[in-house]
Amino acid sequence: MMHFLLLFSRQGKLRLQKWFTPVTDREKKKVIRDMMMLVLARPPRSCNFLHYRDLKIVYRRYASLYFCTGLENQDNELLGLEVLHRYVELLDKYFGNVCELDIIFNFEKAYYILDEFLMGGEVLETSKVAVSVSMEEADTLQETMEEYMSKPAY
Amino acid sequence: MYFYNVNELYRAMSPSVPLQEMIRAIRSARTQCEERGVIQRECAAIRAQFRQADNGGRSHNLAKLLYVHMLGYPAHFGQMECVRMIASPRYSEKRVGYLGAMMLLDEKQDASLLITNSIKNDLSHSNQYVQSLALCTLACMGSAEMCRDLAPEIDRLLRASNSYIKKKAALCAVHIVRKVHDLGGVSCIASSGGTPSDNSIPRREPNSVLHGAVVLIIELCERNPETLERFRKTVPDLVQIMKGLVLSGYSPEHDVAGISDPFLQVRILRLLRILGHNNEGASDAMNDLLAQVATNTDSTKTVGNAVLYETVLTVLDIKSESGLRVLAVNILGRFLLNNDRNIRYIAMTSLQKIVGTDHNAVQRHRGTIVDCLKDQDASVKRRALELSLALVSASNVRSMMKELLLFLSSCPAELKAHAASGIFNAAERYAPSQRWHIDTILHVLTTAGGDVRDETVPNLIQLITNASELHCYTVHKLYRALLTDISQQSLVQVACWCIGEYGDLLLRGECQETEAVQVTEDDVLDALETVLQSHMSSPATRGFALTATMKLSTRITDNVDRIRSIVSIYGSCIDVELQQRAVEYNALFKKYDHMRAAVLERMPVIEKNSPGHTNGESTGEAIKDIQPAKVKQGEPLLPPQPANQVCDLLDLLGGSEETLQPCPAVGAPAPGLLINTASTAGGDLLDLLGVLEPAPLAPAPTVPVYEKDGVTLTLSCEKQCDTGLTVTLTASNSTDSDISSFTLQAAVPKSVQLHMKAPSGDSLPARRTAKVTQMVVLNNPNKVNLKMRVRISYTSQGSAFQDTVQIDSFPGLDAAGQ
Repeated sequence: MMHFLLLFSRQGKLRLQKWFTPVTDREKKKVIRDMMMLVLARPPRSCNFLHYRDLKIVYRRYASLYFCTGLENQDNELLGLEVLHRYVELLDKYFGNVCELDIIFNFEKAYYILDEFLMGGEVLETSKVAVSVSMEEADTLQETMEEYMSKPAY
Repeated sequence: MYFYNVNELYRAMSPSVPLQEMIRAIRSARTQCEERGVIQRECAAIRAQFRQADNGGRSHNLAKLLYVHMLGYPAHFGQMECVRMIASPRYSEKRVGYLGAMMLLDEKQDASLLITNSIKNDLSHSNQYVQSLALCTLACMGSAEMCRDLAPEIDRLLRASNSYIKKKAALCAVHIVRKVHDLGGVSCIASSGGTPSDNSIPRREPNSVLHGAVVLIIELCERNPETLERFRKTVPDLVQIMKGLVLSGYSPEHDVAGISDPFLQVRILRLLRILGHNNEGASDAMNDLLAQVATNTDSTKTVGNAVLYETVLTVLDIKSESGLRVLAVNILGRFLLNNDRNIRYIAMTSLQKIVGTDHNAVQRHRGTIVDCLKDQDASVKRRALELSLALVSASNVRSMMKELLLFLSSCPAELKAHAASGIFNAAERYAPSQRWHIDTILHVLTTAGGDVRDETVPNLIQLITNASELHCYTVHKLYRALLTDISQQSLVQVACWCIGEYGDLLLRGECQETEAVQVTEDDVLDALETVLQSHMSSPATRGFALTATMKLSTRITDNVDRIRSIVSIYGSCIDVELQQRAVEYNALFKKYDHMRAAVLERMPVIEKNSPGHTNGESTGEAIKDIQPAKVKQGEPLLPPQPANQVCDLLDLLGGSEETLQPCPAVGAPAPGLLINTASTAGGDLLDLLGVLEPAPLAPAPTVPVYEKDGVTLTLSCEKQCDTGLTVTLTASNSTDSDISSFTLQAAVPKSVQLHMKAPSGDSLPARRTAKVTQMVVLNNPNKVNLKMRVRISYTSQGSAFQDTVQIDSFPGLDAAGQ
């Protein structure tokens, strides 16, 4: 199972964090710091796998964001790369040509998409189409509810 | 309002404007201080909003708080709001509330219990998206208690007809299984056999449900062997599903670069691995399938390689037939040649796992692995190093070592220590010759001297003393190394020691193995003085150098005065250690000059301690066996006061009775003195401190006790204490043929306790070229008349001999054996 999934920028700003095991706040901060330190220091074109404590770290850079996940020892690292790639594809499909700003300004959507794709550290839905459909329907549900309650005027 | 993304394809949900405004405001802050100010203001506003009654903007407020939390600021005050939002009837509020719960609450917080009821209610909600929120949150942060409470609900949902809910329930169940170890709450899930689709696994279910089911089965099987047995019968079904995936045509929904649903494929392969492990029947059933997957999967993209990788892992872990195994190792071999670094990396990881069991298969790829040592990437290098070290064997040690030494000179700093110790271990196990071994160690010291372990220096010294015919070569080589570079402390220490010991060989000039070079006494003293005076030398190194200088006083002839002056200068050195040594050496020059020659004599061969034992380690055996320190009158073999450095060396190695290799013939014995095995030398040294009074050099009395057929046995003994006695038996062979398997056995009267130490060896070369000594410790508490019967057995010229001798009187003791 995956232990965590982190998205951070080249400047070391965290854009998304998902933890699949119970971890204290202090521990989370430490892991985030360590991940940034390890991953940002890697030269380009290097191997996408690292070792950290007892976890295998799989990371990949997409434009200005680093996607980084921690796997257990018996997990398949190459598949981990595929998981990261699938998540990026889902974001791309949802936001249309996704960029870092989309994830910053709509971080809650990024989380919702993640929750339709992964659960408890495992892949939940293997079909891209199914995830998109679920997101659409959930969004529609949210809209309907919101329309029902009058929107605050801004 | 300000939209960053005006893309039309943006889904029809209105962006949370207040949230986006806040984010914009925070991002436009130019300094950390400004940002903090903005956030404080926003948090205050949010707190105020929370306190108000239900207003339309609650979800926006919580979302703002979650953003602030992600930046790293405290957001605990939002926890109760999350609980409230989750209980709200509005989906938008529930959605953000559950997200907040997953981000702000974890199982350790008390507030998490408060949402248990909401989750329970939502699990039965009419709308599947609300149900899904509850399932997701439970799987993310559900504590063991919550899981136990809600397990029956999850079980019910597993049997639901809605596949959307089923797949989520399956993974939620996985979380429950992981949390509730006693499986009490999960037995209901297990008894239903997981989802109804498991025991028959119809292929109608959507892939995601199958995937969830497989993950759940894996989890159950890993925790409970009985469950594993039960699920073995699903192997044929799994094989069918897998076949369907591999051979099916293009399925747009699940296709990834030509592979149909790689996630599910990898999962099934993993389950097959677990089910086939250690089970012939299951392994047979999946053999064909695995071969099919291995050959048919397209390996041009990462995703195909991911499936192949999992297949290889499965093949290697089950009882596969040898053809399949070979296929798997070949795939790994192909991976090694792949351009993609990731593939090479995982190939080496897998090969590492099987290097023990399929050693020969891995050896075939040794060349490629060694090439990977030169890769730019640090992860690949590390893997290649580990695998290379595992592949070193007696037949390839020379070539492998060449590569490894090359690697050591250019490897990244974090790998140097590991590489150096790996090289030492390999060299120790497979060294084809002593000269090669010494050369290798010297090479490592010159390239990575700063990263070697502390015990390298004494180990190397011990190795050098053992290779007596190479002393000349070694000291020449070390001297040259010293001239080039004095910064590597371990190297300098060994060099100083050797120059001190074998300085006479150095000065003699000619040497068989290296080119002759004229070295004068002044050159040597210059070199040592450079070390002494250099600021690069550590205090320990300077100690080595001073001792070496002192030792040279007996090996050189002309420049003794120079040595005297060096030593006296250091008598006022600031470093207390050096000062003490210098003062004592001075004393050796002045008051105890008559002892100097004997004190500074050549050292005996040091016995090898078991590897890894050092003085400080408390691994027990070595230290326990140390002979109680016993003073042998007038037997100082070594310089006195460096009970620290030089004495340390012997303490490290001399305290143990466990000899790894029988000590070869002791070279250059001092005339007339009984050469004791170094097992007591350590103890002796400590007592030499007391021996620095002028004492006559009286040798210990030795008495021949047996003489027959050219084999002589002599005996000497020492009283330890009132009742304790140590007897040393020395054997020699004056015939013209070698004697082997020489052993002694001893028997004593009943009340006497006897303990035989390990002999120094078991072969007696012809013509008295070497002796064998053995110590026997006796304890005579009742003070009876001491007698000892010794049985001698040995093999000479192919035949075995045996004889017995009775010893009634012990030299040095009075007639009553007291």
